[in-house]
Amino acid sequence: MSTDVTLTLDGRAVTVPAGTTLLQAARQAGLEVPTICYHAHCTANGLCRMCVVEVEGARLLQPACIVAAGEGMKVQTRSPRVERSRRTLVELLNSAVDLSEAPEVQAQLTEYGADRERFPEAERRAPPVIDDNPMFVRDYAKCILCWRCVQVCADDAQYTFALSFDGRGYETQIGTFFDKPMPETTCVFCGQCVGVCPTNALKPKREWLLQQGQTPDEIMALTRSERRRRRR
Amino acid sequence: MAESLAPDLDLTPLQPILERFAPQGRAALLPALHEAQALYGYLAEPIAAAVGRALGVPLADVHGVIDFYALFYREPVGRTVVRVCTDPACWMRGADEVLAAACRTAGVEVGGTSADGAYTIERSPCLGLCNVGPSVNVTFNDPAPAQVRSFAHVSAETLADVLAGRGRAPDDYVGGDLCIVTALCGRGRRMTLTEYHAVGGMQAVRRILGSRMPPLEVVDLVNRATLLGRGGAAFPTAIKWEGAARAPGGPKYFVINADESEPGTFKDRVLMEGDPCRILEGAILGAYAIGANQAYFYIRGEYPAALERVQAAIAECRAAGYLGQNVLGSGFDLDIEVRAGAGAYICGEETALFESIEGKRGFPRVKPPFPATHGLFGRPTAINNVETLAKIPYIVNHGWESFKHFGTDRSTGPKLFCVSGDVARPGLYEVPFGVTIRHMLDDLAGGVIGGGLRAILFGGASGAFATEQHLDVKLSFEDLRAAGLPLGSGVVMVFNDTRDMREVLRRLGRFFAHESCGKCYPCQLGTQRQAEVLTRLADGRPLTGDRARLQDVGWTMTEASLCGLGQTAASAVLSALRLWPELFPA
Repeated sequence: MSTDVTLTLDGRAVTVPAGTTLLQAARQAGLEVPTICYHAHCTANGLCRMCVVEVEGARLLQPACIVAAGEGMKVQTRSPRVERSRRTLVELLNSAVDLSEAPEVQAQLTEYGADRERFPEAERRAPPVIDDNPMFVRDYAKCILCWRCVQVCADDAQYTFALSFDGRGYETQIGTFFDKPMPETTCVFCGQCVGVCPTNALKPKREWLLQQGQTPDEIMALTRSERRRRRR
Repeated sequence: MAESLAPDLDLTPLQPILERFAPQGRAALLPALHEAQALYGYLAEPIAAAVGRALGVPLADVHGVIDFYALFYREPVGRTVVRVCTDPACWMRGADEVLAAACRTAGVEVGGTSADGAYTIERSPCLGLCNVGPSVNVTFNDPAPAQVRSFAHVSAETLADVLAGRGRAPDDYVGGDLCIVTALCGRGRRMTLTEYHAVGGMQAVRRILGSRMPPLEVVDLVNRATLLGRGGAAFPTAIKWEGAARAPGGPKYFVINADESEPGTFKDRVLMEGDPCRILEGAILGAYAIGANQAYFYIRGEYPAALERVQAAIAECRAAGYLGQNVLGSGFDLDIEVRAGAGAYICGEETALFESIEGKRGFPRVKPPFPATHGLFGRPTAINNVETLAKIPYIVNHGWESFKHFGTDRSTGPKLFCVSGDVARPGLYEVPFGVTIRHMLDDLAGGVIGGGLRAILFGGASGAFATEQHLDVKLSFEDLRAAGLPLGSGVVMVFNDTRDMREVLRRLGRFFAHESCGKCYPCQLGTQRQAEVLTRLADGRPLTGDRARLQDVGWTMTEASLCGLGQTAASAVLSALRLWPELFPA
């Protein structure tokens, strides 16, 4: 019973099955709509608002990752309003978070002509690295709160429910029950959170140790001794 | 940590609470945490874990919920927790001095707990006591279970009385040109059901349920009255009701939104404290109209008197047969459960409020789908503001024509305005839509005091500023909109010309940075950056480019945020930029 709808994207008529999001429709039409929080295998929540587009008749910009294509809809994917919003968004993000290992956002900063020093004296989110388990480290100074890790840990994939949020608003951080070390939580070390993290805030322990300047031999020695300790 | 609080964390007293709430599962998370915290003073890890296990909620989620709500603590707090409102209305009356005195008494900085465990001192967002400030909300943890109380007219001198539990209760001035929904308000106590009966209360319920009027005819009545929601968004009440009434599937829910938290707003508090039965009558009719057998009355946690009095009114209504099984023999069942919020402005947003009732962090949902089809627990739901519901009995009793007799063509009926700040008589004023701002200010509130008029903040923190040039604008949705002013929840906060508007903006900025839920990026990041710039401006050390920063951040929050909070978080700031560009160095 699927029906098709025809909409206009940047002046071009595009026909897609009903229920297709504007993001999917744009990508099918070969149009680039930038995203940050969106992941094809996670529930889209419309958090980052990077994918906002201008829909004729809508008062506000609309998140393309959520809004479904409608018959006769007229959409501008890169109008001046859209540009201003996206540029300010990545400037805001860059003022808050260490994006040094987020190549996609780096490209967006360039693409939208962002001023990387737009917000001088901004309080940055810079908590210390959490190194509490043998598998991965959590460097929340790099976390952009895309929620992917929380979602795959919960009902988007693993149903493990080890992760939640600390605080709220700007102070939000991903955390565990009463800040417990990961091995003391329900975490099963499936690694899916690390896999979906877009900014390297979650990083395999080995990669992190290599970045810290440790040699592969030293790392091997380290993990061996950890194992031996545990056997005792 | 004080010895009297949670010394050894004996979980025995918690067990009866958990047993009582366990059947509700996650939906009972907030009430269970409230009761647990009242026993122990704070939610230590073993308590949080026990609650999570009893209700079947993942422990990480319990943690996330505790951390989201400002009134839940997972670290020890003082035997007396003092929250001093320093938002604009209370600030104008000297709240900063009260906060400083509280900190001196406790020997701590803001946010700290005294070494002997006696006090925790916090800065609070608006407590809804703007007409009787400076206001303080206090949790007395000792003896357990804790008691929460709010105090009015607090000064540095009277703070000691407040800390001893002897402060002044709110003495709301209620006035205006009409006394329809406020007829029984402002008398310093709750009017009982008997007293409500004496002025014709519950006739509307008797008539509608007694005659078993078809529910859609009730909706039609409200539709003909063109009643617009009084919570701030001015959405037609009948459309909400019809949507939920016609929505397939069930059960359906009716929700009373009493999470009044918009700075400058106190109308719903005055109604709940004075005449809760009228609100309940409106809610019973609304629930009947949509076919809901369960309703929730969600009251912000900082309103202890309202919580207590609404509970008492519900008990009276149940005893009198207006609630429960087979209401007045009509075959219609309805129960109303009171839910206490826990310190989160965002939960006034309808979908965030649903999440909160469901035992989650108060994140607003993406809309559509809308509450009429996918509301509380994903079911068809109607949600209305307290003041909106208080109008329903009048419409039923006197007819929609009579209701429309008040107000303008497009803004019908009486409206409550919350007047605070530099006026002779701050208070709650009931007027027909269409009177001028000048009438409200001069004739009703007694005029500006302490200087000439500098500005009026309309609609609260998420509103906009008006000046002298707007005095003859009529107070109606359409006239205010044409003048670029939001009516919002009915806030009229007055500033005389001795007030530093940059100081006002600092407080508005701080409010939104504190209350942003953090879900969408524009609001999560933008409210913080906006607050930083506004703080610099108020401190007299602006940076080159700050005006453009406020404009870009404000514009982006307005255009791209997920919910109404972010979409209006820059509204007052942007209006100030237009009115007083000289305050914002380029």
